[in-house]
Amino acid sequence: MQVYLPIAEVSVDAFLLLGLGGLVGFLGGLFGVGGGFLMTPALIVIGIPPAVAVASGANQIVASSISGAVSQWRKGNVDVTMGIVLLAAGILGTGAGVALFRLLQRAGQIDLVVQLSYVVLLGIVGTMMGIESGRAVLRRRRGPRPPGRLHQHFWVHRWPLRMRFRRSKLYISAIPPAAIGFLVGVLTAIMGIGGGFIMVPAMIYLFGMPTLTVVGTSQFQIVFVTAATTLLLAATTHTVDVVLAILLIVGGVIGTQIGTRMGQLLRGEYLRGLLAAMVLAMAIKLAWDLVAAPLDLFSIAVGK
Amino acid sequence: MTPRRRALAALALLAAAAVLAPGARAQQVIADLSRHLVAITTGFAGAEVLLFGAVDGEGDVIVTVRGPEGDVVVRRKSQVNGMWINTQSVTFGAVPGYYAVASTKPIEEIVTPPVAEREQIGAGRLRLEPERNIPPETVAQFRLALLRNMERNGLFQARAAPIRFLGQRLFRADIVFPANVPTGLYTVNVYLVKGGQVVSAATTPLSVSKIGLSAEIFDFAQNRGFSYGVIAVAFAGFAGWAASRLFQRG
Repeated sequence: MQVYLPIAEVSVDAFLLLGLGGLVGFLGGLFGVGGGFLMTPALIVIGIPPAVAVASGANQIVASSISGAVSQWRKGNVDVTMGIVLLAAGILGTGAGVALFRLLQRAGQIDLVVQLSYVVLLGIVGTMMGIESGRAVLRRRRGPRPPGRLHQHFWVHRWPLRMRFRRSKLYISAIPPAAIGFLVGVLTAIMGIGGGFIMVPAMIYLFGMPTLTVVGTSQFQIVFVTAATTLLLAATTHTVDVVLAILLIVGGVIGTQIGTRMGQLLRGEYLRGLLAAMVLAMAIKLAWDLVAAPLDLFSIAVGK
Repeated sequence: MTPRRRALAALALLAAAAVLAPGARAQQVIADLSRHLVAITTGFAGAEVLLFGAVDGEGDVIVTVRGPEGDVVVRRKSQVNGMWINTQSVTFGAVPGYYAVASTKPIEEIVTPPVAEREQIGAGRLRLEPERNIPPETVAQFRLALLRNMERNGLFQARAAPIRFLGQRLFRADIVFPANVPTGLYTVNVYLVKGGQVVSAATTPLSVSKIGLSAEIFDFAQNRGFSYGVIAVAFAGFAGWAASRLFQRG
């Protein structure tokens, strides 16, 4: 059933979009990630203009991450102070990202920058996750390790502008969280991702936050940053396609529930290993597209 | 009446008019469309418009359809450090967003090249000028790339579609619009050709526009972006939350 997307100005099969939303939601629920890094490239592949894919993708992430955020909030796993620092910087980052997106689009380099960003980010995150889950599997086989310190003290604990993050039992500089929040905001606006897969490792390895507050706080941040991105893009570039977003959301919420249930049947480190493999495969595919000779050296952009 | 039957009825009327009015020598070709509005609704997946007309006397017929004009940037990739990157670009001004041609016989057989050039008959003969001064070889290369890409997108039709004569004077042609057709005002030109020359021409307008829900959503997004964003976010938030509640219970 073809449906005309009023903002994207293309006609796409509604079931394709429902299926895509469902698949990304399923993988998101299975691995506990937002799935934006799969959604945006997939939308571009099926012919949605990149700007619309990013904006509508951000809108869809609001739906896919809100239920998790609400339940984390109820359990008291959100470090509100940390969340607000990340969020304030994140909204600034979104503004900068929107400006950067338009600049790159005019210069004709947006596709390249988005693709390169994906290759670098997915490559790093996939490798890190792969190593981590491999170690976890080995650790499990060797037996438990004696408990260590709460977290390691290094440079983030010595920088100025220190703040107390009560829930996370941290007293660290606000600069690194603000920097990460800003970066995630920029990436949300350029790549249409929630940024959980950057924020979670940063919180664990850079800030030394306890795992419990990491997940809750990152979900809190994702909901608000993607909501802010949607609003900003809707108000400035008018690229949010609600018809597209609704179809992705309907498919996505169903897929997420199925994925979450499946995820409970599998062991965490194997799941993370699988996700790492998928992320790396995606990175390799995108890298290949950059170096392989294109079918047509020329491309066109029709102006309005 | 269905649009097709209405078109046929109009065709019959036109035929009667052509037969009954032999004095109308100035108007040697007349044509009209089965509809002057292509409505892009939520279910839009492309459209077909029937063009019909009559000629006074012998000759061939050519029909061109031009969409609204705009700038098109053509970019060329080259290999930089192993990666294919856009390195060169040429902007063409006033490029029609859609172009199609139909004729009774292959165009080269019925009009002389200067005439085809002057009337811009055939996508290859569209006058496309770059915005800056660029060497002619480069322009030619980028021009071809523009044509090729527009054709791949289904917006330019390189080959002339057939026009069928029904009897001596009546003709009809189907104009096909793909789903990604740009909105705006189109011009349909009908030429009567004899001995390689255009002897008569008629122009009829055609509008492609969003209608109904898709138009309302588009206007809302354009004119009241912030409210639109608030609704989009609110819907997403509600849908996500409601779904998880629903599944928890189930």
